[in-house]
Amino acid sequence: MNPEVLRLIGYVVAIIAFVALNAAMLVWMERKVAGHIQLRIGPKEVGPFGLLQSFADGIKLMTKQLIVPEGADVPLFKIAPMLVMIPAVMCFVTIPFSETLAARNINVGLLLIFAIASVNILALLLGGWASNNKYAVISAARAVSQNVAYEIPMLITAITVVMFTGTMNLNEIVMQQGGGFWNWNIMPLTKNFGMLLVMPVSFVIFFICSMAETNRAPFDLGEAESELVAGFHTEYSGMGFGLFFLGEYANVFIGCSLATILFLGGWQCPFGLFPGIHWFLLKVYFLIFVVMWVRWTYPRTTIYGLLNLSWKFLIPISLFNLVLTGALIKVFSR
Amino acid sequence: MSGYFKELVDGTNSLVAGLRVTIKYLFKPVVTMQYPHVSVRMTPRFRGHIDLVADDNGESLCIVCGMCQKACPSDCITVAGEKPEGAKKKMLTEYRLDFTKCSLCGLCVESCKPGAITFSKDFNLAGLTKEEFIFDLKQRLEERKR
Amino acid sequence: MNHLASDQQKETFVLNMGPQHPATHGVLRVKLVLDGEYIVEADPVLGYIHRMQEKMGENRTWAQFMPNTGRLDYLSALSYNHGYACAVERAAGIEVPERAEFIRVMTVELNRISSHLLWFGAYLLDLGGFTPLLYAFDDREQILDLLESVTGSRLTYCYFRFGGVYNDIDDNFLTGVSAFVARLRSRLPMYHTLVTKNIILMKRLKDIGVVSADMCRRYGATGPVARGSGLNYDVRKNEPYSIYSRFNFDVPVYPEGDSMARYMVRMDEIEQSLRIIEQAIAGLPEGPVMAEKAPKIIKPAKGDYYQAVEAARGSFGVRLVSDGSNTAYRLKLRSPSFSNLSLFAEASQGMLVADAIAFMGSLDLVIPEIDR
Repeated sequence: MNPEVLRLIGYVVAIIAFVALNAAMLVWMERKVAGHIQLRIGPKEVGPFGLLQSFADGIKLMTKQLIVPEGADVPLFKIAPMLVMIPAVMCFVTIPFSETLAARNINVGLLLIFAIASVNILALLLGGWASNNKYAVISAARAVSQNVAYEIPMLITAITVVMFTGTMNLNEIVMQQGGGFWNWNIMPLTKNFGMLLVMPVSFVIFFICSMAETNRAPFDLGEAESELVAGFHTEYSGMGFGLFFLGEYANVFIGCSLATILFLGGWQCPFGLFPGIHWFLLKVYFLIFVVMWVRWTYPRTTIYGLLNLSWKFLIPISLFNLVLTGALIKVFSR
Repeated sequence: MSGYFKELVDGTNSLVAGLRVTIKYLFKPVVTMQYPHVSVRMTPRFRGHIDLVADDNGESLCIVCGMCQKACPSDCITVAGEKPEGAKKKMLTEYRLDFTKCSLCGLCVESCKPGAITFSKDFNLAGLTKEEFIFDLKQRLEERKR
Repeated sequence: MNHLASDQQKETFVLNMGPQHPATHGVLRVKLVLDGEYIVEADPVLGYIHRMQEKMGENRTWAQFMPNTGRLDYLSALSYNHGYACAVERAAGIEVPERAEFIRVMTVELNRISSHLLWFGAYLLDLGGFTPLLYAFDDREQILDLLESVTGSRLTYCYFRFGGVYNDIDDNFLTGVSAFVARLRSRLPMYHTLVTKNIILMKRLKDIGVVSADMCRRYGATGPVARGSGLNYDVRKNEPYSIYSRFNFDVPVYPEGDSMARYMVRMDEIEQSLRIIEQAIAGLPEGPVMAEKAPKIIKPAKGDYYQAVEAARGSFGVRLVSDGSNTAYRLKLRSPSFSNLSLFAEASQGMLVADAIAFMGSLDLVIPEIDR
């Protein structure tokens, strides 16, 4: 068999296994972090330190009956959870876990990831629409407007990085950040002093937008709308809900790994010694911990507060940032 | 315009301050008690369901005056006694507490002159039928005697 | 989706915020008529937990009704005990010894703090912040342990009797309360940093649910709801009962009338209750905790008596009509949450649904006391 095909099949299997294990681990981590912030222990009964709790929950979800509500649009209803998982898994194609561990080093890797991740919005809308529940439609429409509003600053801040590094190939971007943390894109001390003004701001905006894109608190109106109006995935039971859930954690991983690759040096070591996959995973999981830390600290915003934050604050600041980046690159370039 | 920037700066400061609070609590020890693995001690005045008090011989102090039955707002208590031949006071034959109606108000304990009933410290009550919660306090007293 | 299209022509639809709901604290049903997102009409439907407490007042003797008062508003049960005990003592002319009065004030203020802490946690839970609930419950647990060591119960207390209290307190309790006061004082800045000054919360509470002072007067709203709209009315100051006139405390009043004002009133009330408790510990006299001359069977003289106390939610009133027998002829309970809820219908018109939830949480309703 063609070794290239074997390699790709190996990667597909490995990525799907990684996504599943990652979701299980993130659920455990979320509950433990939530527990300790709230001065209690999280799960502890099932397995040592409650590590097997997510598997027990997964088995429970898989054994539940998949209920399709009456009057729902059945093909769309069943496709929506798949449409959440498929882009999430596909985005892993270009993410470089280490210098040699990347399924494909595509030259427009960054663009590809943004393009595929946008399909996620479609899944939310389909899930809400196909449920035959007027509140699900309202909350799906809100989730779509939230996602659209936060895509824009995310793309603009990614453009500042692309302007600075000159390439969209993710592995190239990481390789340019080699040598030590003073070369990382978040504070490129040796390459371009002017970037110190703009890159941290870009990082913060990118991070906030990735939290809003994945519907994490404090921007989780789609899910926790059950204050009054039900969320877009309310009619899903069993593994349908499970897929939305896993898709959310996979998206969190992708958002944080993009943030690491673009700003924090990907798989590079902070002191330039032993670069590799361990640094990548360490940084990504640290960022995921920050995402969870933010979730358990703040209350939820309203939809208007959310949209105001994006349109009135993040977009003007990121546009200004973009212009400033262009100017500073010209002024300080060597 | 200055309001815009002030809101931005104040908002960011408040968000960071909130994060500092939660990270401090992340590293503090937990304040919960792992209940089934650790037994909880009740305070001396804890109000569990009432129980009969035994005197030195293990008999109950109850004189079957019926004050507790009259004081109870929910009609939980049924007391019955008889006076055997040649005895000075009545002997208790039956003391039933219908715990499904008891509200632990303490009016019965307060009204008992000889102090024959008191609150137990029993809180691990679970049962499958309603009859399990109609306690026969005289039987419980005899079981404690043994 | 045919029914959605027909709703468009009518422009409004009825949404039932049903008796089972995470955000209405208790079994409250609100019929909302919505125009898209905005509320056109809100109609609370009560009675899902009507337990005929007032009828029970007629069928039980005066002393036998005491446990019922703890079940009306279970979160500040001691205030309700206090109201009923004061009303009957006023009717029967029973004097309460000083030590018992001090104990009553101390335990009632502790109960007020625990009720406000629970309100704080539950309100933030509605708004989506899960962590402050657990911090508040950590403090509240200390109060519950303290009160359990004295009264024997954690939530629905039946501790006061006509003429005093059931049990005396001991030194362990006093040292525990002093330690608790110091600890809560040091924790309150943390609550303000984590929650009150948070910009997300401020945007959710400021200018939401504005209730004018005139509206409060029309609907008879009392307690933190009225004080958050600028009305300076606290039963402990305006119609002093028990020994409240001896204590030095302020009544927080905020004029804005929005949810933030009501929030701040309750947070400041916690601080003021701590002051009262400190003064009570300092001034606690020795003596009996039950009046010696208190009769065993209470038979108040014929007449009509009313006593109002400041519960955690507002002014709780007890009206007794006695005909000289050992049960009441009529026992009327004036519940503060009932009047506070009646504001909702008028104040929520034109509000967004999510804001209506924030508004209802700031009213601090406990449905069992509305339905009695």
